Amino acid sequence: MAEFIFERYNYWAIILLMMLGLYVTFQAGNMIKRMVGLSVFQTSVFLFYITLGKITGGSAPILYGHDYPKAHGDGHGDDHGGDHGASAGHAADAGHGGAASVNETDDLGRPYIDGVLDPDHIGGEPLHELYSNPLPHVLILTAIVVGVATLAVGLAIIVRIRESYGTIEMDEVREADIKHAETEASVEAV
Amino acid sequence: MPFDLISMLPEGMIRHLPVLIPVVPMLLSPIAAAMPNWRAAWAVVLAGIVFSGICAFGLIDLVFGGHAAAGLPLQEFAKITDADGTLIGVRYALGGWAPPLGIEFVVDKMNAPVLLLVTLIGTLATIFAMPTMVREIPVAKRSLFLSAYVLCVAGLLGVAVTGDAFNLFVFLEISSISTYVLVALGGNQDRRAFTAAFNYLIMGSIGATFYVIGIGFLYAATGTLNMADISARIPELADSRTIHAGFAFIVVGLALKAAVFPLHQWLPNAYAYSPNFVTVFLSATATKVAFYALVRLLFSVFTPELDFAQVMFTWVLAPLAAIAAITCSFQAVFQTDIKRMLAYSSVAQVGYMLLGLSLASELGLSAGLFHMFNHAMMKAALFMAVGGVALSLGSSQLRDFAGVARKAPWTLTALAIAALSLVGVPLTAGFLSKVALFKAALVEGWWWAVVVLAMSSVLAVLYVGRILEASFFRTPGPAQMNVKEAPIMLLVPLWILALANIYFGLDASFITTLTDGAASVAFPGVQP
Repeated sequence: MAEFIFERYNYWAIILLMMLGLYVTFQAGNMIKRMVGLSVFQTSVFLFYITLGKITGGSAPILYGHDYPKAHGDGHGDDHGGDHGASAGHAADAGHGGAASVNETDDLGRPYIDGVLDPDHIGGEPLHELYSNPLPHVLILTAIVVGVATLAVGLAIIVRIRESYGTIEMDEVREADIKHAETEASVEAV
Repeated sequence: MPFDLISMLPEGMIRHLPVLIPVVPMLLSPIAAAMPNWRAAWAVVLAGIVFSGICAFGLIDLVFGGHAAAGLPLQEFAKITDADGTLIGVRYALGGWAPPLGIEFVVDKMNAPVLLLVTLIGTLATIFAMPTMVREIPVAKRSLFLSAYVLCVAGLLGVAVTGDAFNLFVFLEISSISTYVLVALGGNQDRRAFTAAFNYLIMGSIGATFYVIGIGFLYAATGTLNMADISARIPELADSRTIHAGFAFIVVGLALKAAVFPLHQWLPNAYAYSPNFVTVFLSATATKVAFYALVRLLFSVFTPELDFAQVMFTWVLAPLAAIAAITCSFQAVFQTDIKRMLAYSSVAQVGYMLLGLSLASELGLSAGLFHMFNHAMMKAALFMAVGGVALSLGSSQLRDFAGVARKAPWTLTALAIAALSLVGVPLTAGFLSKVALFKAALVEGWWWAVVVLAMSSVLAVLYVGRILEASFFRTPGPAQMNVKEAPIMLLVPLWILALANIYFGLDASFITTLTDGAASVAFPGVQP
């Protein structure tokens, strides 16, 4: 039982942060605190994705050592500093022309099946090193940008609320709205 | 389809049709923001949306036209064909990166009609924007306003066209964040728009984050983000707790965006206090696209045959739809602000669509989508007419509408047509879609659903009656004396929509072709 709990310690952290964030988002009367709660909630999701991508013992998903892609024909060494950029660009091109290409394998040795790059086959031979899954990292990079944009827009709206109401407390804003509606109604009545 | 647009388009355009639709408005957004002259920005935005509209018509023609798959310059697409080799959909790999690793855009019979809806309503709303912006938005902000608007359109089109589950989230947030900005711009008229926008932002972000959590679970279980790919792997994982959790998160997240009862709390204020033009556009497109996303996830990624989906349809979505149709119609009756009243009515109408969806039958889904299109037409027309009166009246309060029909007969006649369509009077579009919903419910033996819809329609008579009674039969007071007929730029889109409500009430074959096609994608096994 203890093992079950401690093995998954980062999931517990995620759940804790998620619940904290969601609670603050709903409970806080102060709008800035609500935005903070929302950010904590979103960050817990980022952690969730990163945890999904982590493989025990895996390194950062950048090919190195024996896995470093070699161009066809010229078998250059493992890690020529100068070649690094050019070769990486080449690797990117290989994927780019992928769909239309009639070659049987691309420059990384990945086979085409019916003209489509086989996603399950990474490298012509098994990888020598263990890597974490890069995809969740990329997704979360996008999600972080979305989170920053949401935070920025939210704070900008809070600035405008502060300018027009003179407060950033939800309760006081609501009271001001009710008072405003009442005076409007009494003016109508007169 | 009666038109043959696709053959008229240049070949280079055909080859990239799916991607042009969201990308052109998106690229125009910064251009519009940089323009010092807001009229020029408006022209650019309108041109961009019309261009997207042409693309959408082309795609409708492509997937509904019955073209032979070989006949068109579509080398770069993976084609989806039916048994006869007729083209019914295309898959476009973005940047040549092959799916499922790369992101792909998919256009089939389900989303091509949604693209058409967004671009057509977008075009009409943009024309409508010109006269209302002059009154509601300060000069310095008009270019930026248009920029945020066209970005919102791009996001909605992206949601509709994408075939990648995570990409859907990105587009959903592009459209949502620009929507928060648009709603907040109503603060120049009424400061309550700021709080409405803030609450919308909190709720919307929670919804989007729930969706991402759900996608995370699906990714953990299936190892892919491509919708077609996920869908292929789900049946063998149907008993996995991970899939169930992901399903629940996704449904809640998208239901929040689509304003499904009881997750609709952000909607009435956001619609009531945002600028009139924004209300028109949002009511007709934003919740509709979120609803489409829900349909896509429920029917194309998950399938209604799965046990847990079945439970969701029968015991969660159907009761919520029924409650929404009754309670929100009831709440609408007691509103004093017409925009708020129509906003509550929108939530009730989402209930109608959801009821069609929750039947989990081809007939029901088709009826739900049919109602979605009709509702977009009538709500856009209603909010346009209210905005047209508010232009000279400066208010959308029910009591201020006393006798305005005498001053602005054209505007109010259009409003009356759309309002009758909302109630579902025969010879209007709303009638046909309600009949379709009734039929679909009766085929399944859901007589209670018919009762619910009928009761909700009676309530609709009440709240629509309050608007019509005030504007047509009361005597105008001194405040109504300077109400003028809406300008021609406003009357044209308004009457196009009003006449569309009548036209599709007489002959809805165009829309039913589209929605039947959409439903056939959701139920590929059943051939009519």
